[in-house]
Amino acid sequence: MIASIEGQRGMPRPKPPFPAQSGLWGKPTIINNVETLAHVSRILKVGAEVFKSIGTKDSPGTKTFALTGHVANTGLVEVPFGTTLREIVLNIGGGITDDAGKIWKTGFKAVQIGGPSGGCLTEEHLDLPLAYESLRAVGAMVGSGGLVAMNQGTCMVSIARFFMEFTQRESCGKCVLCREGTNQLLALLDDVIEGRADAGTLELLEKLGHAVQVGSLCGLGKTAPNPVLSTLRYFRKEYEEHIFEKRCRTGRCKALLSPGINEVKCKGCGLCIKACPTGAITGEKKKPHHIDAELCIKCGACATACKIHAVEGI
Amino acid sequence: MNKATESTLTIDGRTVAIEGEQNLLELVRKANIDLPTFCYHSELSVYGACRLCLVQVEGRGISGACSTPPEPGLKVLTTTPEIREIRKIAVELLLANHDQSCPTCSRSANCQLQSLAQRLGIKKVRFKSVHQPVPLDESSPSLVRDPNKCVLCGDCVRMCSEIQGIGAIDFSHRGHEVMVQPAFGKPLGEVECVNCGQCASVCPTGALTIKSEVDKVWELIADKAKTVIVQIAPAVRVGLGECFGLKPGEITTGRIVAALKHLGFNQVYDTSFAADLTVIEEGTEFLERKTQGGTLPMFTSCCPGWVKYTEQYFPELLPNLSTCRSPQAMFGSLVKAMLPDQMKIERKDLKVVAIMPCTAKKFEAQRPEMGVDGDPDVDYVLTTQELAHMIQSAGIMFDTLQPESFDMPFGFYTGAGVIFGNSGGVMEAVLRYAAEKATGQRLEQVDFQQVRGDSGLREATITVNGSELKLAVVHGLRNARVVAEQVRAGKSRYDLIEVMACPGGCIGGAGQPVSTTRDTRALRTKGLYHADKMLQLHKSQDNVFITECYAKFLGDIGGEKAHHLLHTTYQSRRRIADESLALMQSENEDKLKVSVCLGTNCFLKGSQEVLNGVLRHGEQSGMEGKLDVRAGFCFEKCESGPTVMIGGEHIPNCNAAKAIEEIDRRIENDEPAGTCNGHSCNHCGK
Repeated sequence: MIASIEGQRGMPRPKPPFPAQSGLWGKPTIINNVETLAHVSRILKVGAEVFKSIGTKDSPGTKTFALTGHVANTGLVEVPFGTTLREIVLNIGGGITDDAGKIWKTGFKAVQIGGPSGGCLTEEHLDLPLAYESLRAVGAMVGSGGLVAMNQGTCMVSIARFFMEFTQRESCGKCVLCREGTNQLLALLDDVIEGRADAGTLELLEKLGHAVQVGSLCGLGKTAPNPVLSTLRYFRKEYEEHIFEKRCRTGRCKALLSPGINEVKCKGCGLCIKACPTGAITGEKKKPHHIDAELCIKCGACATACKIHAVEGI
Repeated sequence: MNKATESTLTIDGRTVAIEGEQNLLELVRKANIDLPTFCYHSELSVYGACRLCLVQVEGRGISGACSTPPEPGLKVLTTTPEIREIRKIAVELLLANHDQSCPTCSRSANCQLQSLAQRLGIKKVRFKSVHQPVPLDESSPSLVRDPNKCVLCGDCVRMCSEIQGIGAIDFSHRGHEVMVQPAFGKPLGEVECVNCGQCASVCPTGALTIKSEVDKVWELIADKAKTVIVQIAPAVRVGLGECFGLKPGEITTGRIVAALKHLGFNQVYDTSFAADLTVIEEGTEFLERKTQGGTLPMFTSCCPGWVKYTEQYFPELLPNLSTCRSPQAMFGSLVKAMLPDQMKIERKDLKVVAIMPCTAKKFEAQRPEMGVDGDPDVDYVLTTQELAHMIQSAGIMFDTLQPESFDMPFGFYTGAGVIFGNSGGVMEAVLRYAAEKATGQRLEQVDFQQVRGDSGLREATITVNGSELKLAVVHGLRNARVVAEQVRAGKSRYDLIEVMACPGGCIGGAGQPVSTTRDTRALRTKGLYHADKMLQLHKSQDNVFITECYAKFLGDIGGEKAHHLLHTTYQSRRRIADESLALMQSENEDKLKVSVCLGTNCFLKGSQEVLNGVLRHGEQSGMEGKLDVRAGFCFEKCESGPTVMIGGEHIPNCNAAKAIEEIDRRIENDEPAGTCNGHSCNHCGK
């Protein structure tokens, strides 16, 4: 921000000096979010004691979260610090929904908290009171206040990739670890999702994630690996399924799918042949049909068309 | 080690005193730990991008040493397993996005990325190659920009803007697409780069390198029909040895001569001879300006980086620039005028190669005014580095060579010519001449310590013959800008100002061997002053061959012939050359180039009619294959508009009839290229 006002490239500067020591045009400068300034006005109005009476000891006051994802009610919610995830997601948010938007009672899988550089939390954290200190302890952060709820149909590796792609694109390109590191993290996640990964990939993801986290110049780089590291921490099993079993439990990672027609079930009705957009399915009437793996684009149209669920693996 | 006191901290458990260091990195290096960096240079601002100088500070975690101020009591660890791993990852990440054609890279021998990979024990890059090849930029006469080798440390960017005050290159794009390039992605040869090459001298890899002319010189010396003579600049003799394991500053003049003769050059001469000549001409010019009310202050004009800088940014100060050519150019001009007759060969068969510490000299040699009828006075310029490559390539064992001596007469020089390579050297040499000339008395004390030193802007006042001379010595173009702005504002008190673009003067030129040690520059400077001390003669006016040269060939000092051969004119380059618009093109190589200015001034004076007339005439007379007509924008000759350039010649106050007449004349006489460059010499009127 300071660099942009000065007409320079938007790139972080090494600190110290901090902006409060030497900021805009070399003068002491305070940079704050709008939310902080909004709090200031309220603190001045009601007094610090009243403000501090809400929230937790180390995180006083309220926090606005942007609740979105697989929940019935999305939008901005302001809650006192210390409110549990369960309260926000299941109560205020009205519960987890499926992809069609219907309430899915047992559907909770995870929340991504703190924006793209935040961390993914699981069911075990549902009763965690949300505050700066408690979130940091579990590898997440308050961050921008983003709160994305995810249902059981969500692939956590793909989610990590989604956020990684965002931060990778946001990197200004100044420091080596963030510029090259986020790019390589993304490539490693692609390997996992597209079935090229092996045991070394997991180790490298962790080592690189740690290096980028510790060594980057600014906050963007330091938090960029959070989605990867937190999903590795809480959803390691899903990574292992992708890598060692070449399987995505949600079926979202197309490269890992290997659709086939169950010859016992198939009645040779031809519905799948009609549905296939690439002509990958062949077979005579009333005889089991066959999918040509070379031509198949794993779109799932055949599985949807088949009334007797003879198409499997997709 | 020091006892723990209030002003100490510990590095890897050892106590180190804080003695005014700006950051932990300097302190760590003082403690004999060579923490690796790409982006740290003590003379440039702290950038903090390479993340290699990471250290662990107890209680604070890991941070960059370059941007952490030293505080008493800090406990610093430089090589924990965690830091080692992060450093390795950082270098592997760079390698994964690097053109790894290392054996054929010109920086292979001294690439910091390569040596760091070795130091950190990287045997395998764990990351996938994400390198996307991009084309090289070979548009500059002096430098090659290879983004494929760039590690984006920004050293070049900060050197160009912070030390040289130019900013010809900067970062463009964001994230993974970031690259260093001139504005709007233009080629380096078409922007405000002054070719000083300091960017290349701080580049840790092969992303910015010197444009090599070695192959052309090999070809030349193999051509028996050519007589190839070579001149060596003063600064080369204190730098070349570094490429062969010798100490910076070690004088290797005799060995360089021996090596050049071994390589097959017909005559080996010293640019210091021409520097002596420059002193005489420039000293005389200065005294004339001083005594006859000429334009003052006078700037020296030896440095081609500074000359182009003035042409670009201070065209109004061009009258302040000495009209003297640089020693390199004087040498070329003089020998090509004198030797062909003496040797009974044609000018075209005499070739001059210059060995320079400088990349901008390559540009200078290609200036059209530094040649006759399109034949350059200096054919090729090799930098100190390129000469080292030639010597290595020929397998000559430089360090054990038996010294040989220069050929005469252009190999004879005084100490005044030698110190030209140091910042302050030209000034001192001119003073040695001017002081004696002004007083008419023999100058006994020849050292002018007042103008020596390392500071980028030094001032001195010297009393000669009762009158005070106010002098300034500047190196680094950012410093030069400060002084030039004072002059432009009429606030300058100086009489004579020496400007060298490179830090330390020519000894710090970008053509010199790449050095990562700090005192290299100081040692080279000392070497040249030492070389001066060792000579019997210290004043250019004592050079008997110079005296003879005037007597037998040049005539008077500052006379007509001397002016024609040894002086030059300058042109404003305020406008950066832009693409002109081709209106009638021809594949024919011998086409006649016609360029009509359509800038506001010329347009209002009727240049559009000239252009239409030329185009119509070209079509009607069937000249399509022979003409190349372009609409251009401003040739900086607005006072004589409409401006038209035909075959490189400027036609002032042009109209359609005039242009057509000239085109017809040239086509008829089969004279397409044209010889005059459009800059007339003020003195001889040619």
